[in-house]
Amino acid sequence: MSALLQAEGLRLRFGAAPALDGVSVAIWPGEVVAVVGESGSGKSTLLRVLSGQIAPDAGTVHYAGQDVLALSEAGRRRLMRTEWGYVHQNARDGLRLGVSAGGNVGERLMAAGERRYGSIREVAARWMERVELDPARMDEPPRNFSGGMQQRLQIARCLVTEPRLVFMDEPTGGLDVSVQARLLDLIRKLAKEMGLAVFLVTHDIAAARLLAHRILVMRRGQVVEEGLADRVLDDPRHPYTQLLVSSVLAA
Amino acid sequence: MSAAVQEAGGYNFAYLDEATKRMIRRAILKGLAIPGHQIPFGAREMPLPYGWGTGGIQLTASILGPRDRLKVIDQGADDTTNAVSIRRFFQRVAGVEVTTRTAEATVIQTRHRIPERHLTEGQVLVFQVPMPEPLFRLEPRLTEARRLHALGDYSLAQLRLYEDIARQGETGSSYNHPVMVNGRYLMSPSPIPGYDNPKLHRSAAILLFGAGREKKIYAVPPWTEVRSLDFDDHPFRPMLAAAPCAFCGSRDSYKDEIVSDDRGGRVFVCSDTDHCRENQS
Ligand SMILES: Nc1ncnc2c1ncn2[C@@H]1O[C@H](COP(=O)(O)OP(=O)(O)OP(=O)(O)O)[C@@H](O)[C@H]1O
Ligand SMILES: [Mg+2]
Repeated sequence: MSALLQAEGLRLRFGAAPALDGVSVAIWPGEVVAVVGESGSGKSTLLRVLSGQIAPDAGTVHYAGQDVLALSEAGRRRLMRTEWGYVHQNARDGLRLGVSAGGNVGERLMAAGERRYGSIREVAARWMERVELDPARMDEPPRNFSGGMQQRLQIARCLVTEPRLVFMDEPTGGLDVSVQARLLDLIRKLAKEMGLAVFLVTHDIAAARLLAHRILVMRRGQVVEEGLADRVLDDPRHPYTQLLVSSVLAA
Repeated sequence: MSAAVQEAGGYNFAYLDEATKRMIRRAILKGLAIPGHQIPFGAREMPLPYGWGTGGIQLTASILGPRDRLKVIDQGADDTTNAVSIRRFFQRVAGVEVTTRTAEATVIQTRHRIPERHLTEGQVLVFQVPMPEPLFRLEPRLTEARRLHALGDYSLAQLRLYEDIARQGETGSSYNHPVMVNGRYLMSPSPIPGYDNPKLHRSAAILLFGAGREKKIYAVPPWTEVRSLDFDDHPFRPMLAAAPCAFCGSRDSYKDEIVSDDRGGRVFVCSDTDHCRENQS
């Protein structure tokens, strides 16, 4: 089996400081990889480069054999709305607030060419159920939903076309702890059921432990440690990882 | 070109100078070559405010020849202030014949309607367009809207339609319902009623659209496929008032609803005054 997404030697600087300083990563089908590290370490930048949203100064990104950086905009958009999903930290960035919940979920179906109104509603209702939202509320706008519900809606909106790879940038950031736990459970369940590969950026070591098969630890644009989740968390080798893990234990 | 007109008004034939007309004609030809695609043009100041059809007037001025016969309608009627003043304008600056009869006109400038009578080959229908961008309400960033056109990505428009059906149950009753032209470009038909949309499809006449303020021209050449955006299981169905016209009794024309007395009584009358006249005679 070969990697679903593979990146080599990514470098990118904004001004003086490097945001990515020689990063190589790979993710296999069905694998959940968590990227942890302090604020400003380059996690979001890595996600945006991997998903083709910004071009690196150097390095390569391949997805299922295709050179992501060489894709035309049309090709990248096609990947983005069929094979990939992107879950933003703020539901505001990932949802259309002026459009009903059902419309938000149905949009990717329409982009993929679905022209039957009835099927769009059916699939949207099924997906609302799947993320534990009441399908009877599908004609309500996102603002009628709580923060945690909006995140679940965003996830349904991404998964409705059954992508193979989902990028998530702090999907539980800014939510109450109990709401976070429920959302993480849901993500774990869906990833397993659908065999999704998930690239998850998080500050939260506990979330990484719960969801991830593998963990990457980033610091100042570099991956300083990488390994199976339990190994990294129970037996951290890099001093920075040791610090990260112990600060969680202390908290 | 009539020298008398030039001397009398002090203007070039049809007001615009020949260089400007050539520039606009080039934009029209581009528009006809890429049906439904918006072509920018260097719109001129006209002796009328925006909203009075300056885009349409510039198109008409650029295509008018001395032997043309011009009809101008506003909401289907030849006798509204806007239509009358545009017609007078061209009588004065071009000295062309004018008519209110659809069948006799070679060029028809219009706002908000397509005549009921089938247009024929050789006729040109010029639309005054306030907002040429069909994605405007969905994607206010014009550069992004342009990108979506380039990619042929119209899922936003489809999404808006989904929302309309989810909220109101149906589509088609509205004005300005977007159309796909030649299977490629999404186009605003300018605010014509949905009832008129089917007349855009395989029209024998040339359709030209001019937006003065937004400085855009677009066009549909004769016999082009023009489809109203819809869903397979919610086909676009234009709505029509059920009542017959109070003047001519027509049931299949588009009607305006007018107040008929001081007790709130209402009647429906044809919005196309020439069509109504023909029916009555
Ligand atoms: N668009 C940008 N312009 C300039 N600098 C940027 C830009 N995006 C990121 N940076 C810089 O790149 C570095 C990495 O930023 P990034 O957002 O990837 O960090 P992060 O690990 O996601 O942080 P956080 O946990 O706070 O979200 C930071 O120094 C940041 O200031
Ligand atoms: Mg970040």
